[in-house]
Amino acid sequence: MDLNYSADELAFRDEVRTWLAANLPDDLREKVARYEHLSRDDLARWHRILAQKGWVAPSWPKEAGGTDWTPVQRYIFEEECGYAGTPMILPFGVLMCAPVLFQFGTPEQKAKHLPGIYNGDVFWCQGYSEPGSGSDLASLKTRATREGDHYVINGQKIWTTLAQYADWIFCLVRTDSGSAKRQEGISFILIDMKTPGITVRPLILMDGAHEVNEVFFDNVRVPVGNIVHEENKGWTVAKYLLGHERMGTGRVGASKRELAKLKEFAAQQKVNGRSLMDDVRFRDRVARVEIELTALEITNLRFLDHMRRTGQPPGADVSMLKIRGTEIQQALTELMMQAVGPHAQPFRSLDESLAIDPFIASLAPRYCSYRKTTIYAGSNEIQRNIIAKASLGL
Amino acid sequence: MNFDYNETQQLLAESVARFAQKDYDFEARKRIVHSDAGWSSEVWSTLAEMGLLGLPLPADHGGYGGGAVDLMSVMETFGGALLVEPYLATVGLGAQFVARAGTDAQKQSILPAVAEGRLKMAFAHTETNARYDLSQVKATARKSGTQWVLNGTKLVVAGAPLADKIVVSARTGSGSSLFLVDRDAPGVTIKAYRTIDGMRAGDVLLADVRVGSPALIGTNGRASALVEEVIDFATALLCAEAVGAMKYANDATLEYLKTRKQFGVPIGTFQALQHRMVDMVVSYEQARSMACLACTKVDAPLDAKDRARSVSAAKFRIAEACRHIAQESIQLHGGMGMTEEMKVSHTFRRLTMIAQQFGDADHHLARFSALSD
Repeated sequence: MDLNYSADELAFRDEVRTWLAANLPDDLREKVARYEHLSRDDLARWHRILAQKGWVAPSWPKEAGGTDWTPVQRYIFEEECGYAGTPMILPFGVLMCAPVLFQFGTPEQKAKHLPGIYNGDVFWCQGYSEPGSGSDLASLKTRATREGDHYVINGQKIWTTLAQYADWIFCLVRTDSGSAKRQEGISFILIDMKTPGITVRPLILMDGAHEVNEVFFDNVRVPVGNIVHEENKGWTVAKYLLGHERMGTGRVGASKRELAKLKEFAAQQKVNGRSLMDDVRFRDRVARVEIELTALEITNLRFLDHMRRTGQPPGADVSMLKIRGTEIQQALTELMMQAVGPHAQPFRSLDESLAIDPFIASLAPRYCSYRKTTIYAGSNEIQRNIIAKASLGL
Repeated sequence: MNFDYNETQQLLAESVARFAQKDYDFEARKRIVHSDAGWSSEVWSTLAEMGLLGLPLPADHGGYGGGAVDLMSVMETFGGALLVEPYLATVGLGAQFVARAGTDAQKQSILPAVAEGRLKMAFAHTETNARYDLSQVKATARKSGTQWVLNGTKLVVAGAPLADKIVVSARTGSGSSLFLVDRDAPGVTIKAYRTIDGMRAGDVLLADVRVGSPALIGTNGRASALVEEVIDFATALLCAEAVGAMKYANDATLEYLKTRKQFGVPIGTFQALQHRMVDMVVSYEQARSMACLACTKVDAPLDAKDRARSVSAAKFRIAEACRHIAQESIQLHGGMGMTEEMKVSHTFRRLTMIAQQFGDADHHLARFSALSD
């Protein structure tokens, strides 16, 4: 038994670490570190830097731009990006749309969409959830009616992350409302966001940020050639994507960075001249999170090692990483906010000439924002359902 | 990175599992617990024959030179079987002091006997009001000619009533020191009892116990670091034992959820219970990861601080998981879980005591925290 990476893996980690240190632009690093809003340009800039290096889509087939890394290398890369604090590579194109196209897309669809996804010129968003279809996705109602060589789409999507930046959206729509099983009348379709009839309405969350949207479809005409796989076979595509889960779901690297930052930040907070890190109760809370994070990291490596040896995809293990990973992320944002005590309250300055510290003012909103992590990407309760069913046989 | 057992460890795991299945099922254990002796000499001989008693002892003194990782699967199996024999007290504690700091003569007289199953040991250290603080030693060892005269009281010494030789900590003029004391030596009284989890332990009273100078283990006055090292080693093994007991509790609970019917359906179809079961499994996986950390770190630490910090992190997480899984396993079994006749109630008791042995969650959180930057 050996909990350490091999010499080759360590060399790879150092290569990634060194490269990230040299190539992550300072302004982007700073923005991420200070929890600032990232514009589309910010995200695209980092995407292009990685694309140029050939590291933007590690999991893609080698000939299409993949890196041919082992699962361990891929994991190391993701964790190092998290640890370095890079902007994220939006998953909707690289990790969601592209794998679907590789598996089910026509040569024309691949040729049309993959280059833009790879080089970061085309941003994608995901049209799955609807107001009445959250965890129960198969109940979705957005309809696509065939009219000649077009589908006419009517309905509404919700929680559409960064739809305001997106050029294209991939959607699950109902193409047959008469099927016996709800899952059977669903299709996977690609839609240009500039098509007439699409309206994007921001949903401002309690942290004040514009991250998610409602997307309305009012007689939106989409060429039939934009269906991926076959008509009414969209559920197969959606399930294939779910099986494509990554081992980086626990976000250990990012949480390690946040933990180090928390310790440093809390040490600077003074209570009667003493550091907050010398307050036993606060220090205990930090220590607990640190131990939980260590346990998660080792568990993550164990699953990865198991996957490597058996060649099996991770399956329900990913659900466990998601549960613990998001709980830890939330605990860290909570402690960062708690560290500033009463100063967590100021939110927006009302007087431009007397600005409040934007970093301090970002901590409570960030805490608010991170409540989303146990809800999105399959709520943690859904993850428990998955484990209960898939690995415990309940 | 590799979390698998190697081939030898795998073979060992299989043979220990066969032993537990064949010779140490719940009924067999019950007979041993309620016997006068409180342990089984047949079981002890089997452990010796299987090489388990010498596994973590040096190869040149009858052992196999194994470490904590080599013992992981053994401890897990013992945890699942709720083994009550003084295995940890003998090879995880008592013999470790001799193996790590003994003279050649001490090693030669003690270790082969331990490996062959002829000698059981215990470590008498804890005193009144010391709780888990290893540095508190008030028992005394006074030099008298070529002899040492020991006085003091040691509490809750695991395996004491079964031990042939006890390693006793006592303060000399130079500081905390360790001595080998015969259980039958004049002046030694053992107030023996059965513990809530079915094991044998006792308070050891030392009244003018005279031992010769060859009884001193290691350097006079320099025992503290050695005590910490050996307790960390035993704690890592205890973590692995806990993982095995948790595995049993989870397996038994899952089985119960699938078979127990109410309202015409298995109770495992109820989501309120499914999610609790999942949380038990999540706890178990985190605990297992931390047991791997503790065992690899006691085998190959960067330094004493690195070892202590990792062991405390592990024991903290495992103590929490012990409580969580033990409590939930009873709750999900309902009234049946409360009964003496269900093994899960015995597992509950063992997990509950493991959570506090060598320091509870609070103790290890404080130790981890003190060793953190």
